[in-house]
Amino acid sequence: MSEIVKKNLSEIIDLIKKKEIKSEELANLYIDKVNKSKKLNSYITTCFEHTIQKSKEFDKKPNLNTLLPGVPLAVKDLFCTNGFKTTAGSKMLENFIPQYESTVTENLWKEGAILLGKLNCDEYAMGSSNETSYFGNVINPIAKDTVPGGSSGGSASALAADLTPATIGTDTGGSIRQPASFTGTVGLKPTYGLCSRWGIVAFASSLDQAGPMTKSVKDCSIMLEAMAGFDKKDSTSIEKKKENYSKNLKTDIKGLKIGIPKEYRVENMPKEIDELWNKGKSILKDLGADIIDISLPHTKYALPTYYIVAPAEASSNLARYDGVKYGYRSSKGNDLIEMYENTRSEGFGDEVKRRILIGTYVLSSGYYDAYYLKAQKVRQLIKKDFDENFGKVDAILTPSTPSSAFKIGEKTNDPISMYLNDIFTVPVNLAGLPAISVPAGLDKKGYPLGLQLIGKTLDEQNILNVAYAFEKNCNFKNEIKNWWL
Amino acid sequence: MSKDKFDYFIKGEKNNYEVIIGLEVHAQVSSNSKLFSGSATKFGAEPNSQVSLIDSAFPGMLPVINKECINQAIRTGLGLNAKINNNSVFDRKNYFYADLPQGYQISQYKNPIVGEGKVLLDMPYGSKEIGIERLHLEQDAGKSIHDMDPSNTYVDLNRSGIALMEIVSKPDLRSPEEVNAYIKKLRTIMRYLGTCDGNMQEGSLRADVNVSVRQVGDKNFGTRCEIKNVNSIKFMQMAIEYEANRQVELLDEGKKIEQETRLFDTKKNETRSMRSKEDAHDYRYFPDPDLLPLKIEQKLIDDLKKTLPELPDNKKERFMKDYGLNSYEANVLVSEKEISNYYEEVAKLSDKKLAATWMMGDLFAMLNDKGLNISKSPITAKNFAELVQSIKSGEISGRIAKEVFELMVESGDNAKKIIESKGMKQQSDPKELEKIINEILTKNKDKVDQYKSGKEKLFGFFVGQVMKQSGGKANPQLTNDILKKLLKG
Repeated sequence: MSEIVKKNLSEIIDLIKKKEIKSEELANLYIDKVNKSKKLNSYITTCFEHTIQKSKEFDKKPNLNTLLPGVPLAVKDLFCTNGFKTTAGSKMLENFIPQYESTVTENLWKEGAILLGKLNCDEYAMGSSNETSYFGNVINPIAKDTVPGGSSGGSASALAADLTPATIGTDTGGSIRQPASFTGTVGLKPTYGLCSRWGIVAFASSLDQAGPMTKSVKDCSIMLEAMAGFDKKDSTSIEKKKENYSKNLKTDIKGLKIGIPKEYRVENMPKEIDELWNKGKSILKDLGADIIDISLPHTKYALPTYYIVAPAEASSNLARYDGVKYGYRSSKGNDLIEMYENTRSEGFGDEVKRRILIGTYVLSSGYYDAYYLKAQKVRQLIKKDFDENFGKVDAILTPSTPSSAFKIGEKTNDPISMYLNDIFTVPVNLAGLPAISVPAGLDKKGYPLGLQLIGKTLDEQNILNVAYAFEKNCNFKNEIKNWWL
Repeated sequence: MSKDKFDYFIKGEKNNYEVIIGLEVHAQVSSNSKLFSGSATKFGAEPNSQVSLIDSAFPGMLPVINKECINQAIRTGLGLNAKINNNSVFDRKNYFYADLPQGYQISQYKNPIVGEGKVLLDMPYGSKEIGIERLHLEQDAGKSIHDMDPSNTYVDLNRSGIALMEIVSKPDLRSPEEVNAYIKKLRTIMRYLGTCDGNMQEGSLRADVNVSVRQVGDKNFGTRCEIKNVNSIKFMQMAIEYEANRQVELLDEGKKIEQETRLFDTKKNETRSMRSKEDAHDYRYFPDPDLLPLKIEQKLIDDLKKTLPELPDNKKERFMKDYGLNSYEANVLVSEKEISNYYEEVAKLSDKKLAATWMMGDLFAMLNDKGLNISKSPITAKNFAELVQSIKSGEISGRIAKEVFELMVESGDNAKKIIESKGMKQQSDPKELEKIINEILTKNKDKVDQYKSGKEKLFGFFVGQVMKQSGGKANPQLTNDILKKLLKG
């Protein structure tokens, strides 16, 4: 197996820019490994003919003045790709081929990247283990009986297994950061509105945000730079100048104030997580940062708030999958209502149905005030917690997840324990803030663990810098042994 | 109704009832593209030819507000003397239907763009103010077509996503006549503003009608029924009439009215139950997370206010003051912007009062006959003014003027040309007239004697003879004067 696919995105870009490798050669190396890695089930769709054709075109007339020159990339199967199946991990969209391209993927192609395939994910991004996908669960390359996390599990698995040099996911409650933490990779959820949502299959509109998943912080900055940007087609997109995250990346974090929220020290948290957190603090302290204890008092309400807001929006967002216009339609049923019922019963999986039911319930008349409205108020309090502390600190350090990767099937029958996995990540989505998960160490089993850095609104550069400095001094090594080959 | 006292009550077996009506008018916003997409909005286009990925709710599609629709709603709000809300919110109204691709309609629920306002009606019994509760923007649905195929329903999404203004009145209307006046007034205002073409045949204006009844003198409202989606004023009036009588019958029998949604069957001329309150949809309204709350700067409102045209109420007042018209005349002449423009052009060139009389008489009758809009009138305002002036100056008589008018319509020629070429000019030379009259009096000496002995009715006979002799061209006033003078002598 070639060593090149193990390289970071930035190294691969260098090879291409120095003309030490051609785009087509590179594409073939990844295609070769993807073909041999079906056991991981990280890809739903491959489009290798397209990849080869585009890489040949690139090699004929290479434009090296782009961020991702001739780089093959696979993306989460939630991004609509023009002419290529986009399933959202659901039977409902099993054969759906969009005739349009999501803004974020379009941005990547404009920067020279080439589509390699579509990566598995939880159905409609609802899940924390990639076990809800209609196309089967994904395996974490760190150990064959573990989940890669979710919902961007296929993205994390493919990245960690060197089946794509970098990738993108979406993060509604932790769907980028948790799988990044479980696979020893870097994942960033940008400020809500930094990356366009146009053309991404919607889960919960006020929380969904696309972001990069990479092998290094530098790669992360390159990908973010490529994908971010104002889009007038998305009314919640933030109008601002493009930033050069990769060029401005620096390791000097002297004098930065890093907050440590006491509420993130949850009950029954494994000691290893606590130790990891302490390790993070001391590394940043050694780099000259000030470590400051802070309080985010409404943190404990974040999870219940999230599990009201997200399902509420999802119940409405998924109403369009009714069998009338596109996607799956049941052949059973004597009238419109029966057709709806059968289509949605057969087309959606259990977790999606569970959330549609929860969402429908909390929006129902008589329950709206007690659930949805209250959740929106609590959401404001959670946001306020962060706002108040960001007067005192520049970034906040927390663990990314309360555990390392768990076993396949371990939590599938216990939705609450599954939801608890998002406990450190959901407050950030509710507040619309940027946060990055960086690998920070291994647990006793040798499974990776991540730390999360939360930043102020649109302060991606700052958390990238802190993560960059941390990464340089942490000496994390992912131990993936290609056992599936 | 030509009475000058309000008298729409329904007499039951036992009691006398008053009818309470509130309207939710759905007016299609005049705009080139839809509320949240760039698709065209032309009426009568090929099915599904004006549908974007957004209108058909493809995965990942997002709505982006069309600013022109917002401006149109603000203009309409200003035209209704209403409060424009600087902050409003778009909500999702969730329900499943085949012609609703998103599975929800984007509408405004708790925070509409326009708040309370009012509309003035001119009723025969005086002017009446109807309160406006609110105006909000929402998307129209598509159209399900059930009669194209025996076993399939087809869906046309051309309408899907078109901007509608829902204008909700307070329960201030009390009769089908008032509903007629209210809808017409709304339509006039919106047409003046150019915010809705008001074309009911094309579905640009339709209404849900809320009807309840209560005993005369009662202060509390009765239970109301909502009659959905009525698309002509006539049907609204028929539906109200039927529904109010149905409710009165029930109450008189000691039965209760059930709050429900009803449909008006235009063939049977009756309303029937569609769904009861228990079966009412739970629409699960919540703020659309794809759209930010709508913030409207006061400056935009002020700027739009400055560009508003003169509205019918103001114009009416001005017509009464400047042109000496009475309330009724002014009302009719401001009822459509084109009519008022035509009138003003005529009035500038001729006698203002006479112009109004002739427009409302012969001109309207002719247009009505030919089914023409005033903008398509075969007589231009300038030519019409010339005709009015010819009457006013005494050049032609009213009777001749009717003939000239007919010829103008037929030929498109101006009045002067017709009067001259046909020799229709009035005989206004006193000497000539005196000669004719003397001849007639000499010929009818017996009648002159009878007249002188008190049979004054014969005066008309002499006038008739003069007219006959002159081919209808004798100036009537002058004829009268001379006749009187000579008969005395």
